[in-house]
Amino acid sequence: MANGSGRPLSPHLQVYKLPLTAVMSITHRITGVGLTVGTLLLVWWLVAAAAGPEAFARAQGFIGSFFGLLLMFGWSAALYYHLCNGIRHLVWDAGKAIELPDAERNNKVVLGATAVLTVLTWIVGLAVW
Amino acid sequence: MASNSKTLRSPLQVARGLGSAKHGTEHWWSQRLTSIALVPLTVWFVFGVIGHLGAGHAEFIAWMRSPFSAVMMILTAVVTFHHAQSGLQVVIEDYVHAEWQKMALIIGVKFLSFALAAACVLAVVKIFIGA
Repeated sequence: MANGSGRPLSPHLQVYKLPLTAVMSITHRITGVGLTVGTLLLVWWLVAAAAGPEAFARAQGFIGSFFGLLLMFGWSAALYYHLCNGIRHLVWDAGKAIELPDAERNNKVVLGATAVLTVLTWIVGLAVW
Repeated sequence: MASNSKTLRSPLQVARGLGSAKHGTEHWWSQRLTSIALVPLTVWFVFGVIGHLGAGHAEFIAWMRSPFSAVMMILTAVVTFHHAQSGLQVVIEDYVHAEWQKMALIIGVKFLSFALAAACVLAVVKIFIGA
């Protein structure tokens, strides 16, 4: 047994089906950590621009590559999720919308807003590019 | 309360400003403050990035030579890294339980975050003053 005592463990977190509210809670954390990794690209972008045209062209070239665009898509979706769900956290901090029916409705608001903003950004971005 | 009878400080005086982390609500408050600031900064940043997708060097430099853009970019970088290091601190505290590993990770994350923020600030300042 994992607890070393030979006695049965009580059912743990993984035997339960996680409700959407719980999935969205951990997703907030995961996107936060992912976005922190993404800040490395921001640093590269700015430092490359300061270093000169060649370094900047390399950074822009990476961002415009297939892998770069894939990362940018992931980070844009993560950014919008963390932004929308973060605003929801601020609403919770104000003591509002804490009841379960509100939480379940706002799951959909956050997911919908994330999807719409991500798709809109890429439509505008690819049109401008 | 027996132990408190030997001190003149009231229980409230002892408790005030001291949570389990011994620094009250400062960490919680700074996370909220930076998240509020990041709402407009993120919107500005996304528009800025979209406007400079595939931009040439000269175009980007011209953008960062505007005082407003330079200030917004510095704020975005500094507040983002401040927010990131305080968020990662909580994640580390929640999942890493060996004290030395937890401390090493938190110190490493904080040092790295502020170093990267400084690099961003220097880059923007360098572009702005044309050095």
